[in-house]
Amino acid sequence: MTDAISSFGAVGRPVSIHTDDAAKARLKGRYRTETWFKWLGAAAVALAGLFLVLLLSTIVTQAIPALRQNYVTLPIDLSAAKVDPAKLDEVNYDAIAQEALTAKFPDVTSRQDKRLLRGLISTGTGVFLRKDIAADPGMLGGTVDYAVPLDDFADLYLKGLLADVGSDEAISTTVTPSQTSGDIDLTFGDDAMLALARGHGATEGENGMLTLTSGASSLLVAFNGGTVKLTALSPAANGTVIAKGTVIEALDSTAPAASGQAFLRVIETPEASRKISDKMIVWLDRLKSAGLIESRFNSIFFFTGASREPELAGVWGAVVGSFLTMIVTLAIAFPIGVSAAIYLEEFAPKNRLTTMIEVNINNLAAVPSIVFGLLGLAVFLNFFGMPRSAPVVGGMVLALMTLPIIIIASRASLRAVPPSIREAALGIGASKVQTVFHHVLPLAMPGIMTGTILGMAHALGETAPLLMIGMVAFIVDIPGGFTDPATILPVQIFMWADFPEAGFQQKTSAAILILLVFLVIMNAIAVILRRRFERRW
Amino acid sequence: MNIMTEAGVEQKLSSGTNAPSIKMKGEKVSVHYGEKRALFDVDLDVREHQVTALIGPSGCGKSTFLRCLNRMNDTIDIARVSGKITLDDEDVYDPKIDVVELRARVGMVFQKPNPFPKSIYENVAYGPRIHGLARSKAELDGIVESSLKKAGLFNEVKDRLLESGTGLSGGQQQRLCIARAIAVSPEVILMDEPCSALDPIATARVEELIDELRQNYTIVIVTHSMQQAARVSQRTAMFHLGYLVEEGATDKMFTNPDDKRTQDYITGRFG
Repeated sequence: MTDAISSFGAVGRPVSIHTDDAAKARLKGRYRTETWFKWLGAAAVALAGLFLVLLLSTIVTQAIPALRQNYVTLPIDLSAAKVDPAKLDEVNYDAIAQEALTAKFPDVTSRQDKRLLRGLISTGTGVFLRKDIAADPGMLGGTVDYAVPLDDFADLYLKGLLADVGSDEAISTTVTPSQTSGDIDLTFGDDAMLALARGHGATEGENGMLTLTSGASSLLVAFNGGTVKLTALSPAANGTVIAKGTVIEALDSTAPAASGQAFLRVIETPEASRKISDKMIVWLDRLKSAGLIESRFNSIFFFTGASREPELAGVWGAVVGSFLTMIVTLAIAFPIGVSAAIYLEEFAPKNRLTTMIEVNINNLAAVPSIVFGLLGLAVFLNFFGMPRSAPVVGGMVLALMTLPIIIIASRASLRAVPPSIREAALGIGASKVQTVFHHVLPLAMPGIMTGTILGMAHALGETAPLLMIGMVAFIVDIPGGFTDPATILPVQIFMWADFPEAGFQQKTSAAILILLVFLVIMNAIAVILRRRFERRW
Repeated sequence: MNIMTEAGVEQKLSSGTNAPSIKMKGEKVSVHYGEKRALFDVDLDVREHQVTALIGPSGCGKSTFLRCLNRMNDTIDIARVSGKITLDDEDVYDPKIDVVELRARVGMVFQKPNPFPKSIYENVAYGPRIHGLARSKAELDGIVESSLKKAGLFNEVKDRLLESGTGLSGGQQQRLCIARAIAVSPEVILMDEPCSALDPIATARVEELIDELRQNYTIVIVTHSMQQAARVSQRTAMFHLGYLVEEGATDKMFTNPDDKRTQDYITGRFG
């Protein structure tokens, strides 16, 4: 105070402790801190947003290929000679489909190649065929065009995920083959191929010979209606190049292909480091150029159960399992949680015991979820002998985990109901129970619902406790009830992420996307409820 | 509604020749909130069909005393009430007394208007409904209408009975709360600073209403406004630091109080 007074009396405008230079410096410092804080906050939000976008875009881009599946349309012979209408269950449908495929490639003769060729279509073909015939017996009696799902590698190749394939380029010189099949020699009119082979990882040998091993890119030359894979090149007289090659598809003739009539296709990914051989690629390209391959919405993924074959694996079993589990969780956790919250908040005396219960409920919310799984294993499975892998047990375990969340959220929203409402009801002679159930609970309900939905969303994404009670089992059938063995979405994702097949990568991302969609829907409902019933007093 | 028996009612503190009978009586009422004592041996009578005003500075225990009359203090865990409070010679703290019945007989209006977030109709009908006062919808409609009329609100809200009670203005809300209290036909209405959240015009309206209600009900009102106490009450009790300082006819209290503290308080020297 004395300082303030002494600083007055200067000439002109009086200088106070709020207007002198020191004060201005202080004020500036304050603004500087505020600006800093604002920028730091904005940076933190931006960083979080960036990570979110990164995460989502990765998942979405990975998941998109899984939404479609490639089918090959084959003329399947379902005449009485192949399929006896009286004994539909004894027919080997797989063999019939495979025959239809091999018939498309008459020049594939060796057993090994035939096996490779058969591998192009899914091993589940027979199952689909049998199911469709059972649904539509009109298919029988003749040859029908039937779309067969491709095997996962073939499917992935066609989606461009297995190999880095360049486009076909015309060779600007003549190409002369020595034979039409087997291991042959090709004579190129100029030596441009040598540089090309060097550029694609060919191994240099004696006399300028270049060997294309399985560690190098594959060079395929297509002409005269066939395809030859180059294995070695060596320079010859007059600047020509003689290349050794293996015929993958037989040539029509040994006539030389004129400049621009032969095409070179480079598969950048070496054969050794991809899951699909050159032969399969050539066959698939043939099917594709014949217009037999069609990309369809992947209904298999959305509407079937689990499978070890990526092209046959679906999420529906896990979705149903999750749904059944959530029903059990909700049916147990909601009534118990809300009742406990009402009792503790409105009726329980405030003493040592209730304080201890309160503290413990709060602590329970922080218990690692796997501990609840162990509890479920020890109590529900071992002590009560309940079924393993069943949604009912999973639901009970998740209910234990969700209970503290619901209790805490419900108590908070009960506490948020202003005491004036309680007094108003008590003041006109409502009993305690009437006050709670007629006035307090309805007002707290939106908050309770929000807490419950968020708790359920939390439970929906939980994996660890369910591993302990065997919901990680490989279950092909779609669960039909609460005691059927089942798995749930996050566990399915966990299992798929663990499978080595490349086809499961996309399935994993797609399943994550489905889980995220469910979570977003649940959170949106929570937000809507909160908005809708928000009250101000 | 019970018909009160006039017999056996004490008349010892009569200030006039035909003094009204005593409706509620507090004898040596003390209240502890945990370790802290909020009220010290208060002896105070509430006379029938009169308005008794409780005045005093903040924290003097007047609201605490008011809340003892219908046992609203029961809702506070740490509150302990000793002494004796009677309603028509019945001890309200007797374990045999049902607190729900007591609160139906001794209604309450609070400081802040606190209508239920329901329709105006539901606000008023709730009390009669839980107490089973109406046997039919028509009868309930009748109770709602007459209660709103008694609270002087009916004409303002008759066209929007199904709209939310929280949508009314502050003064209307408080009159709705009074209508809600009247609807259960109490014998005594306790009012805890009913006008403190209202503007002067709404206050005047409520004060008028209190004077009208006196014909049918016994009213105890806590107020911070000396003028209000002087305007609406017949008897005034002055509290200070948990003690009842003085109690008497309002005229006398405001013109010629016995106690110096009352004198100082009503003249604005403290409080």
